[in-house]
Amino acid sequence: MTPRVAKLRQESLAAVPSICAERAGLVTEFYQSGRAAGESVPVQRALAFKYIMENKELYLGEGELIVGERGPAPKATSTYPEVCLHSEQDLEILHRRPKVPFRVDQATFETYRQTIIPYWKGRTIREKIFANMEKPWLEAYRAGIFTEFQEQRAPGHTAMGDKICHLGMEDLKKQIHQARRRLDFINDPRALEKLDQLRAMQIAADAIMAYAGRYADLLARAAAAEKDPYRRAELEEMERICRKVPARAPETFWEALQYYWFVHVGVITELNPWDAFNPGRLDRHLEPFYRRQIEEGTLSPDRARELLGCFWIKFNNHPAPPKVGVTAKESNTYVDFALINLGGVDRNNQDAVNEVTYLLLDVIEEMRLLQPSSMVQVSKKNPDRFLYRALEIVRTGFGQPSIFNTDAIVQELVRQGKNIEDARDGGASGCVEAGAFGREAYFLTGYFNLPKVLEITLNNGVDPRTGRRIGIAGGDPAKWKNFQDLMAAFKAQLQYFVDIKIRGNNIIERIIAGNMPAPFLSLLIDDCIENGRDYNAGGARYNTSYIQGVGLGSITDALAAIGHHVFDRKTFTMETLLEALAHDFQGFRDLHHQLVHDSPKYGNDDDYADDICREVFEAFFAAVDSKPNTRGGVHRINLLPTTCHVYFGSVIGATADGRRAGRPLSEGISPVQGADRNGPTAVLKSASKIDHLRTGGTLLNQKFLPQVLAGKQGLSKLLRLVRSYFRLDGHHVQFNVVDGQMLRRAQKNPDRYRDLIVRVAGYSDYFVDLTPELQEEIIRRTEHGQL
Amino acid sequence: MVGNSATGMMTGYLSRPATSGVEGVVFRFKRYAIHDGPGIRTTVFLKGCPLECTWCHNPEGQDFRPRQMAGGPATGGRPLTVGRQVTVARVVAEAEKDLVFYDDSGGGVTFSGGEPLAQPDFILALLATCRHRRLHTVLDTSGFAPPELFLDAARLSDLVLFDLKIIDPDLHRKYTGVNNRQILSNFRAACRAGIPMRVRVPLIPEITATEANLHRLGAFLSTCRAGCPVDLLPYHRIGEDKYRRLGIGHPGRIPGNLDKARIRQAREILAGYDLKVSVGG
Repeated sequence: MTPRVAKLRQESLAAVPSICAERAGLVTEFYQSGRAAGESVPVQRALAFKYIMENKELYLGEGELIVGERGPAPKATSTYPEVCLHSEQDLEILHRRPKVPFRVDQATFETYRQTIIPYWKGRTIREKIFANMEKPWLEAYRAGIFTEFQEQRAPGHTAMGDKICHLGMEDLKKQIHQARRRLDFINDPRALEKLDQLRAMQIAADAIMAYAGRYADLLARAAAAEKDPYRRAELEEMERICRKVPARAPETFWEALQYYWFVHVGVITELNPWDAFNPGRLDRHLEPFYRRQIEEGTLSPDRARELLGCFWIKFNNHPAPPKVGVTAKESNTYVDFALINLGGVDRNNQDAVNEVTYLLLDVIEEMRLLQPSSMVQVSKKNPDRFLYRALEIVRTGFGQPSIFNTDAIVQELVRQGKNIEDARDGGASGCVEAGAFGREAYFLTGYFNLPKVLEITLNNGVDPRTGRRIGIAGGDPAKWKNFQDLMAAFKAQLQYFVDIKIRGNNIIERIIAGNMPAPFLSLLIDDCIENGRDYNAGGARYNTSYIQGVGLGSITDALAAIGHHVFDRKTFTMETLLEALAHDFQGFRDLHHQLVHDSPKYGNDDDYADDICREVFEAFFAAVDSKPNTRGGVHRINLLPTTCHVYFGSVIGATADGRRAGRPLSEGISPVQGADRNGPTAVLKSASKIDHLRTGGTLLNQKFLPQVLAGKQGLSKLLRLVRSYFRLDGHHVQFNVVDGQMLRRAQKNPDRYRDLIVRVAGYSDYFVDLTPELQEEIIRRTEHGQL
Repeated sequence: MVGNSATGMMTGYLSRPATSGVEGVVFRFKRYAIHDGPGIRTTVFLKGCPLECTWCHNPEGQDFRPRQMAGGPATGGRPLTVGRQVTVARVVAEAEKDLVFYDDSGGGVTFSGGEPLAQPDFILALLATCRHRRLHTVLDTSGFAPPELFLDAARLSDLVLFDLKIIDPDLHRKYTGVNNRQILSNFRAACRAGIPMRVRVPLIPEITATEANLHRLGAFLSTCRAGCPVDLLPYHRIGEDKYRRLGIGHPGRIPGNLDKARIRQAREILAGYDLKVSVGG
C-alpha cells in the first residue's frame, strides 16, 4: 500500500459518520423556490437533482486521485426528506444510539427544525405508503410478519453493466434525442409521459456533467495553487479527466474509475436506493483499459493498484443512509452493500477471470475495508487458482470475499425469463441477490418471517404476543390428526400473509413510480431510454420484485420437532407443547431437552428434517413466485436475512425447536445456530436439498476455526468443498474464520478489538459495532472443527 | 446414491448381499475428515482395540462394547452411549452421503478406531463392499493383527496408514500393553507386497519422540526399504477430558505438548534416513 493510500485509508477509518443536512436543504430550497412549478414529476425530480449537483459543496481530499463525495466530507451522510423525513426525535436517536450512530450537530438540528421538517411533513413517500396500506397489512407489519423496504429508502438493488465503458453522457443524450424523435403522438397514448421522462433523463445527464465540470474547475484552481510539481501534474491530469468523463466515453483505467465514481455519487444523491450502487463486474469492465495501457506502457500495475486503493476508499467514505425503526433493525449497519463482482463468465460463456481479477483480489486483501463488499463468482469454467487465491483472503478472517456459483446464477436468471447472454453478464448484488447487471430493476420488497407464520398457525390465527387476531382461523391445533393437517393449516396461513404483502407491494410500487422517478439511474440501466420509461416504473429490460424468506432453519426444526414428538412418537401432546411454548419452557425442562437434543435438525443431512425444509420452501415458493408486480414483471423469492433474523426473533415467543422467546432466528438458509453436528459437508448437503435455481439467491453462512483451514492442504480441501456445493447447485456460501474465544474477548474488551471484522449475513461488519444479540448469535453459530 | 444400501437390498452389479448384512460396533462417523488420507473423507471409527496406549486420545474406543460416557455441551450435559451395533450396509450408506465431496476431492472413507482389524469379519466385509462400490478406502491400523488378516485387509484397501510407535519391544510393551513383533513383521510383509502405505508416528514426549526411538525407527524403515512417506503427528492433550467423562483414570501422565523445535528435530532425525517426512496427517 502506498503512503498516500495508507493515509487516505486511515482518514476514512477515523471519520465519524454524521448526518449532513446539505442535500435535504438543497432539495427543500429547490421545491420552495417555485422552479418545480408546472413541470411533470420526472422533470421536477431531474431539476431537483440538477440543482443539488450544481450547488452542493465539493470536497477534494489531500492526495486524492478519485474525486466526488455525496456530502461535503467523508462520511457526512445525506438525508432524503422527500422519501423519509427524520423527526427531531429520530435525529436524537441517530445521534445517541449505541450501535450504528450518526453524529448530528446543532446546526443540522436547527435546519431540520426550521426548514426541512415544516416543508416535508405530510409530503413524504413514507407517509403516502402508510396512508395507503390496508388494515391487515398494517397489523401484519406491526406484528413483525414482514418488513417494508421502500418505507425509508428508494428501490435500488441494481448494478452497473458495461455501458459506461463505451458511452459518455453525450452519447446517451443522443440516444435520448433519437428516442424522442421516435415518439408517436398519433398512436401511442403514453407518448407525452415518455417525452417527460426523456426530458428528465436529459436534464439528469446535464446535471452529472455540470458536477464533473465543477470538479474540473476546482482541480484547476488547486493545481494552480499547488507547489509540489508532482502533485500539480496529478491535479492537472485529474482536471483533464473531469473535463472528459462522464461527458465522453473513458479511454484510460483512471478515466474509467473516475467515470464510475461520478455515476455512483449521482445515483446515491438522486435518491437513497437500497444497496447504493454497484460497479458490477469490475474486473471485466476494467480489463480492456488495463491491458491496453500496460501494453502501451502508460500504466504500471503499481499505479493501477494505487488508483484502485483510492477508489476503494471512496466506497468506505459512504455509510448507508441513516435508517430508523424497523428498517434500522432489519439492516442494522453502516454497510451500504455495493458488492463488487469478480470472475465468472463472459457473454459467450467463457472464463472471465483475467489479470485485473487478481489485481483486485490483492486490493481487497490489502485494503481490508468494510466497503465496498466483494465477492467472487465461481463457474466450473474458472480455474482453481482463482478460487484458491480468494480463499487465501477468506482465511485471513474478515469475511470477504464471499463465494458465488456463477453457473447457478445464470440458471436462476434464465429460469426467470432472461436472455442467456444477459444472464451471463449478471451476478449478485447486495447480499446475494441475482440480477442481470445493467438491465434489471430487481426490487427487494421486504423480509418475510416464516416462523412467525407458524406461531400464528399454532395459535389459530392469533398473535400470542398481543392477543390480536391477525391471521385466519385455521382450526384448533389439538384437533390435528397428523403432520399433514398441521402443514395444510400452515400453508393456508402463509398464503394469506403473502397475499397481504403482495397487495401492499403493488400499491407501493405505483406510489413510487408516480412520485419518485429516478431519471439519472434510468440513464444507466437498459432499456429505460428506449422505452421512455423510468427505472422505478418498469423501464428496465427486466423488472422483478422479491420477497425474502427468513428463518428457514428455525421453522424446519420447529416443524420437525412437532412431527417427531407429537405425531410420530407421541412423546407429548400438542396441548402440552403449546403450554410449554406459552411458558417459554419454564417448568418443562425434560420437554425442552427433548426438543433441543432429541429431535431431527436441519443441517445434518437428515432427510426427516430436510424433507420438511423442502416442503416449507416449496410452500413459500408457490405462494410468491410468478405473482405479477405492476412493472410488467413478477414476484420471486430469495432467502437472506441481513440482520432481520434478530428483529424477527424478537417478536416471536418460544418455538418448538427449543428456541426461547425473543432469541434470534436462523439466518439465510443456514442451520439454527449450533444445530448442525455433522460438519460442513452435512450442512451443504442439507442446504442443497432445496432448489436454489428457483430462487433469486440464498445465503449460507459457515464458520470455521482457523486451524481447519491451516496450510495448503486445509485450503485445498475447502476449495473442493466449495466446488462440490456448487456442483449441487448451491448459490452462495460465505465463511467466518474466527474462533469463539477471540469473539468473547472482543465482547469484553471492545476497545482492543475495534478492527475485528466478521461476516454477518451477506456482508461483513465490525464485530464491536454489532448489537449484543447479534454478537451472541455469531458466537453461537457452529464452529466446525470443534469436537 | 446407488442401490438401496440401507436395507442391504442392493441390485445390479453393485449387489453384495453376502457381506452387507455383517454387523460390527462403530463409535463415531466423522464427516469432512481432512487429516485421514487424501481428499475429503468420512472416517469411521470401529470400536475396540487390543492396545492400551498411554497417550490414547480415543479412550472411548478401546473396549469393544457400547458404553456410557458423561455428556458434554452437545448433549445438554446428559450422558451419552458411545458405540452402536451397525451393519456394513448402514456404514456404507453413511459414508456414501458425501460421495459428491469424494468425487471432487479424490477422497473416500477411512476406517480407524479403536483398531479396525480387531473386528475382522466386519472390516473385511466393509473393505470388500467399498471396493465393489468403487469407494476409495483408507485403513488406519496399528498393524497388531494376525498376518493373513492384516494382508487381506491391506490388499482390499486403497491406502494403509500404518501407525508405528516404538521399535524397542520392551518399551512398546510398557507403553501400549502388547508386543510389537507381530506389528513389525506385518509392516515388512506389507512392504514386500507393495501395499501403498503411509507411516504415521505419533510424537509423544519422552515416549515415542525420544532420539533413541526415532533413530531406531529410521533404521527400521530404511532396512524395510519401505519408501513410503512418514507423517509425524505431534501429541495434543485433546483426549484428557474424555478420560474424566468415561470415569476412568488417565493411564499415563503425558508431560505436555511438544514445542516446534522438538518437532523439527524429530523430522530431521527421520529425514536423515532418507525418508520423506511431513508433519501432520
